[in-house]
Amino acid sequence: MSSSHHREEQHGGHDAHHPQLGFWRKYVFSVDHKIIGIQYAVTGLCFLLFGFCLMMLMRWQLAYPGQPIPIFGRILPASLVNAGVMLPDFYNALGAMHGTIMVFMGVVPLAVGGFGNYIVPLQIGAPDMAFPRLNMTSYWCYFVGGVIMLASFFVPGGAAASGWTSYAPLSVIASMGQTFWLFGMIFLITSSLLGSINFLVTIIQLRAKGLTFFRLPFFVWAQFVTSFLLLLAFPPLEAAGVMQLMDRLAHTNFFVPSGLVISEQPLTSHVGGGSPLLWQHLFWFLAHPEVYVLILPAMGIVAEVIANNTRKPLWGYRTLVYAIVFLGFMSFIVWAHHMFMTGMGTKMSNFFQTTTMIISIPSVVILTCLILSLWGAQIRFTVPMLFALAFLPMFGIGGLTGLPLGLTGADVHLHDTYYVIAHFHYVVAPGTIFALFAGVYYWFPKVTGRKMNDTLGKVHFWLSLVFINGVFLPMFIQGMYGGHRRGYDPNEYDLYKNFPAMLGLVKGISMSAWLLGLSQIPFIINFLHSIWAGEKVTQNPWEATTLEWAAPSPPPHGNFAMAPVVYCGPYEYSCPGRPHDFWPQHLA
Amino acid sequence: MSDVIPYTVEPHPVTGVPNPKLGIWLFLASEVMLFGALFSTYVLLRVGSDHWPRHTETGLNVPLATVNTIVLILSSVTVVMAWYSLKIGEFGRAKLFVAATIACACTFMVIKYFEYSHKFHVGTFPSTSNFYAVYFTMTGLHGLHVLGGIIVFSYLLATSNQWWQQHPEQFTNRIECTGLYWHFVDLVWIFLFPSLYLL
Amino acid sequence: MHAHARTAHGHEDLKKHVRIYISVFVALMFLTVLTVVVSYFHPPIAWAVAIALLIACTKGSLVALYFMHLISEVKVIYWTLGLCVVLFGVLMLLPTATEGNQSGVVHHNDRTVVGAVHAAHGDLGEHSETH
Repeated sequence: MSSSHHREEQHGGHDAHHPQLGFWRKYVFSVDHKIIGIQYAVTGLCFLLFGFCLMMLMRWQLAYPGQPIPIFGRILPASLVNAGVMLPDFYNALGAMHGTIMVFMGVVPLAVGGFGNYIVPLQIGAPDMAFPRLNMTSYWCYFVGGVIMLASFFVPGGAAASGWTSYAPLSVIASMGQTFWLFGMIFLITSSLLGSINFLVTIIQLRAKGLTFFRLPFFVWAQFVTSFLLLLAFPPLEAAGVMQLMDRLAHTNFFVPSGLVISEQPLTSHVGGGSPLLWQHLFWFLAHPEVYVLILPAMGIVAEVIANNTRKPLWGYRTLVYAIVFLGFMSFIVWAHHMFMTGMGTKMSNFFQTTTMIISIPSVVILTCLILSLWGAQIRFTVPMLFALAFLPMFGIGGLTGLPLGLTGADVHLHDTYYVIAHFHYVVAPGTIFALFAGVYYWFPKVTGRKMNDTLGKVHFWLSLVFINGVFLPMFIQGMYGGHRRGYDPNEYDLYKNFPAMLGLVKGISMSAWLLGLSQIPFIINFLHSIWAGEKVTQNPWEATTLEWAAPSPPPHGNFAMAPVVYCGPYEYSCPGRPHDFWPQHLA
Repeated sequence: MSDVIPYTVEPHPVTGVPNPKLGIWLFLASEVMLFGALFSTYVLLRVGSDHWPRHTETGLNVPLATVNTIVLILSSVTVVMAWYSLKIGEFGRAKLFVAATIACACTFMVIKYFEYSHKFHVGTFPSTSNFYAVYFTMTGLHGLHVLGGIIVFSYLLATSNQWWQQHPEQFTNRIECTGLYWHFVDLVWIFLFPSLYLL
Repeated sequence: MHAHARTAHGHEDLKKHVRIYISVFVALMFLTVLTVVVSYFHPPIAWAVAIALLIACTKGSLVALYFMHLISEVKVIYWTLGLCVVLFGVLMLLPTATEGNQSGVVHHNDRTVVGAVHAAHGDLGEHSETH
């Protein structure tokens, strides 16, 4: 059957041509981008919750060092806790796995795998991703990687405990959990690679008729740049992972320096001669672009939500596009600003300091465009809009506090303190994760045909906003006073001995973190309840212009009853002379 | 299902390529970065070391590796000839060329196996020195790529009759895409060979 | 040529292909033998690297241009590979550049000397500049 004939059929007839798939092929091993998107999103949300729980456990040790953990202290095995008190190794494992899970198994799968998969083909008017089976494979690679990471908690010695950065040589001599971490990462990287190829081909090849690159919604642009980052930045980490595996399993010395002495014992398992800096180079070659992988889709979501709720075109759409492309490119040559303290030399530090200052320009351009988009608008304060609005100052704080870290002089003082933690969490937690919440509330009606509850949503938003700032704002102070980011027991540091008020601050952070955890309960209730009992809505409840709203909610297999044709840009809101204050892209 | 996705076989009118070809090129771009990291490692470790063995000291078998280079280049010719034969509609000849490619690839692996086993036999392992760490990691990863090629070509050959009858153009594209991957594997070896054996 | 072949030019145009493939194969064989022969003369390391890289690049270009048909490819693929080549250059150059910039810190095989080096890494980076 020819494709054009097929796609012109009405929705009902369309489905009748396909043999009914069984449960497993339809919902588990599905090749439909929408099912895969939902799988990614739900798995990603679960990992976010799990990673958050790890952090809540750590916060107990920091607030009440040496005191048994309530409830969990009795459940956890003796290898992790002693009389209910968390052991240092377990604390380290929690820290390392919190970072790994949040970044690689939570945010990226939700932002790229979830939203990208579900929304991008719809926004470009495509029937599916370019390679549906590859899409399924990439989800299952991610799933296997996740299972390996979870399994690592149960191996002797516990999960990886060398930080999410797995710096050598510590990681080379670490316990078995690190090997699991590396194998898990190889699966996660493979998954991202396959996914990014799929996104790029889909966006380049499958855009609807008339949908030129400069008519693409900004979210698609963000996913496009993100995919390039994933495609070209991830392989070096895969290579580095293989080399670290060789170091661990075949006792090679890629990352092991000569003359390594550990606890006054010369290391005997490795002869040395390698370069620990090499690991940092290869790791950050990925991990700095990875920061933009975390933030760009979030910016995309925020742009969509802002345009829709201000009922105005985005301010400076083309500027935004150029800025994001430039940002993506620059993100490849700033990585060593994570390494100022390694002694890589002043010339290199100066180079990376300069590129780091340059990359802040497009970030500021994007933020400025988004803020200017609010000017003179009659804003609809819907739940997604609240999250998107909160994103702006939160990302602003996160971005601006990054500047001192990019300057070698200031970095000497701030490196590896809580200031760094506060900085990047402002970018990814109240930044990216708020944007992801905005996306969940915004596209929920498209995915389910129902709306999430407004009141619960607003409760969720305000509580989260207050407590997330309660967590991260004090960390700037703690960090500027020199609080080390990986310290296990505050009682052992002069900082907290000399400033008892600082200990109070730490307790306050922990309280905020737990309350932030409780604040997610309205979201979970809202999410689950709305799937089955939410208010039913029409195909285009937000009166939006982009193509995904031209498909039924939820879209059937193949998405559109007729292949859409695009006649105008993505944000035709409040155009003079139009009958409505919005004009969808597919209307002539 | 998959029949509704446009440009799976025919080229896109604007970009001029069908989806799989663009996909394989993007994949190869990522592979360049994968091997790039390994080459970067090689350079960095070599520049940073106070003694790096020249090819006369490593004890690697240059004649054997030269034969392997020739075998791999030959397989690149056979695979491009397979694609060409399909283009002019000579399916039988194309099958022969694919089979020859697989044979070359297997020869390469067998020679590699002898090289490796000899090294293990005389007590040389990846942990022996940084040179051997680089040697085993790079050739090992390259070998895995050769193995991947063998598997894909064997699958294509085994299912070729049915495909050629039903979707000749799609089959030609598959051979072309797999061929691109195969040329890349060849290309990596072209750089590995002098880096590890001749310097 | 490749893009044309798909449309109409037919067998005549395609026949040219075989001749090209054979000549490229011969050139590759010749260059392979050449690079091996050069290595047997044990040139100084700088020359050896330069010659080997030059030959390898030539061989690589031949494969990419003629076997992979890059000589007549479409724009989107050139763009992708162009970006890839730039980043490949970054990946090759910058890590090694840092290694050169911190001379004195790396990989001695002497256990006793370097024991302290990594502990004092931050200082040494500055220090080595003055040497």
